[in-house]
Amino acid sequence: MKYIDEFRDPELARRLLTRIDGEVEAGRSYRLMEFCGGHTHALARYGLPGLLPQAIKMIHGPGCPVCVLPTGRIDQAIQMALQYPITLCCYGDCMRVPASKGMTLLKAKAQGADIRMVYSPLDALQLARMHPERAVVFLAIGFETTTPPTASAILQAESERLANFSVLCHHVLTIPAMQAILDQPQNVQLDGLVGPAHVSTITGSAIYQPVAQRYGKPIVIAGFEPLDLLQAIWMLVRQINRGMAEVENEFTRAVLPEGNRKAQSLVAQVFETRADFEWRGLGLLPASGLRLRAAYAAFDAEQRYPDIAYCAQPDQKGCECAAILRGEKMPQQCKLFGKACTPEHPLGACMVSAEGACAASYAYDRFTLAES
Amino acid sequence: MPHSLGSAFDWQNGCVEMRHGSGGRASAQLIEELFIPAFNNAWLGQGNDGTVLPPPAPGHRLVMTTDAHVVSPLFFPGGDIGCLAVHGTVNDVVMMGAQPLWLSAGFILEEGLLLNELRDIVHSMSQAARSAGVAIVCGDTKVVERGKGDGLYIAMTGVGQLAESTSAPAGDRAQPGDAILISGTLGDHGIAILTQREGLQFDTPIQSDTAALNGLVAELQTAGIDLHVLRDPTRGGLATTLNEIARQSGVGILLDEASIPIQPAVAAACEFMGLDPLYIANEGKMVVICAPEHAATALRIMQSHPLGKQAAIIGRVIDDRHRFIQLQTRMGGQRLVDWLNGDPLPRIC
Repeated sequence: MKYIDEFRDPELARRLLTRIDGEVEAGRSYRLMEFCGGHTHALARYGLPGLLPQAIKMIHGPGCPVCVLPTGRIDQAIQMALQYPITLCCYGDCMRVPASKGMTLLKAKAQGADIRMVYSPLDALQLARMHPERAVVFLAIGFETTTPPTASAILQAESERLANFSVLCHHVLTIPAMQAILDQPQNVQLDGLVGPAHVSTITGSAIYQPVAQRYGKPIVIAGFEPLDLLQAIWMLVRQINRGMAEVENEFTRAVLPEGNRKAQSLVAQVFETRADFEWRGLGLLPASGLRLRAAYAAFDAEQRYPDIAYCAQPDQKGCECAAILRGEKMPQQCKLFGKACTPEHPLGACMVSAEGACAASYAYDRFTLAES
Repeated sequence: MPHSLGSAFDWQNGCVEMRHGSGGRASAQLIEELFIPAFNNAWLGQGNDGTVLPPPAPGHRLVMTTDAHVVSPLFFPGGDIGCLAVHGTVNDVVMMGAQPLWLSAGFILEEGLLLNELRDIVHSMSQAARSAGVAIVCGDTKVVERGKGDGLYIAMTGVGQLAESTSAPAGDRAQPGDAILISGTLGDHGIAILTQREGLQFDTPIQSDTAALNGLVAELQTAGIDLHVLRDPTRGGLATTLNEIARQSGVGILLDEASIPIQPAVAAACEFMGLDPLYIANEGKMVVICAPEHAATALRIMQSHPLGKQAAIIGRVIDDRHRFIQLQTRMGGQRLVDWLNGDPLPRIC
């Protein structure tokens, strides 16, 4: 594949690894958090942790959009789909996220709820166009990457006067989550962060500067390919050795300092920040989630079906997803990991999405656990 | 053929109706006008409740398998549900090391299915059966109300004969040291189908690989290669097939990512959708596990057959009490290739 294979070149990887080896200082350890689930997945998929020097420890961050969604939010979507004659559309990896009482959106579908997997909010919009008699609700989740398409679908629905389309908005913001992790150095000690890839194409790289400065941690934005990751890790190690805390951009082929201005203005037009939003693992974070502005209330599923409100729910007993999302624990430190909780029967959200730390560890990394 | 039972079917614009499955005149007419001429063999023409078949050749045992076929859309690039059903059933018999002989076909038709689509599918089955050298010797048709089926389902049973003298391939015969071969590129069928489904219409040149593998296997057998394991990596893809074999044989497997053949277009589509081609279905590929000293010959035979041009040796069987499938990545790293969990779901970003 052109433009892909170039970023998976084994020879270049070997040279980067040699360079990382050369940069690592003896007797020193480097604790790096990859914020994004996409990076967690890529690390595991290409078997990179086993190739890195032992001094470098990769800690999984909370950037898996499915994993940070609290149980109550899935409950709310399920309840809406079961109680109202609606078509609920969602991204594929939401389907198996455990909700309360052993439910999932897939099980609700089996019980008769009309739940469809879509690839984009525009697919949901198309369903609304084709079935004007049926209310179509799009379950919108994700960080800054998936927010602009939702905004654009809402604006399109408005211009077409599609009264049967609405959005159950659970979009969240990267910076508050990053700060929540860095605010608790007693729990997770980090020396640097691999910054988000796709998120940064929208937000730009400059947005991380205040975080790097305030917490004194280097942040290197990296693409999702293995060479991107290795290059970013080398850049981080180099900054750490020099006592620097800068934002650097490895993913220059896609990320500008100012980001995608057009996408940002679409988002600003349609959404406003919620006072607070509950995250799985991180708890209630101020100004960390988005909701539709009053001007678009007609497309807000929470306002359209106000009797189905969000109720916070406790996580599955024994599940360590919260600590894993905060980077405090590794998946294998959870007692349920690989026993009661597997990708086939996930009890925690981190075991569901391929980007979840537990699913990635289970699917790709189990043999190293068996050896140890 | 006996004289016509009722008014002529409108093969161009007509639809399947409930009466076509009622067991009355219309059912008989459908059988006589469509199935019997299309499948064209003396056994089917007997017109009894069952078919009387000859015993297998001396020194042979019978092998029987059954396979239900459900696919949407019914027609896809490279094939349709009809030839897919024949190929899938034939391949299940062939993967046992047996020679396929007879098939049965059970049709569940949905009211409203276009008669011309049914006809095209039945003709495609007939052609697939003929080129695989098997006969469809009995069948049944039922019709369900509109909305209760997906156009058409086909359930097939396959019977073949297996020479008693040969040690038949089986899932529990993989031994540490054995070579693992694949007969061609992975993921073609699954991606061809996915790209056709509603909501995922992007143009790709990807065609399903649906094909009957009896010819290819016969050549390996004729060359005297002891095939320890033969299996077609259909649903769940190569990853799931190898996990099944590892569990049955109580071994581990080490794969070399760089040697696994994948078409660039399939790799690109998987990249785009966040899917792993190792988990995507194939309908005309097989995994061959044999002793390492036979691997080069097996590879040469496969590569000189039209269905095995891109065959490759992709790994080896190892001793591992955990029965893990490990993959040596192109990067030089190592990772696990786990069972498929649920349906492959595209990732959000």
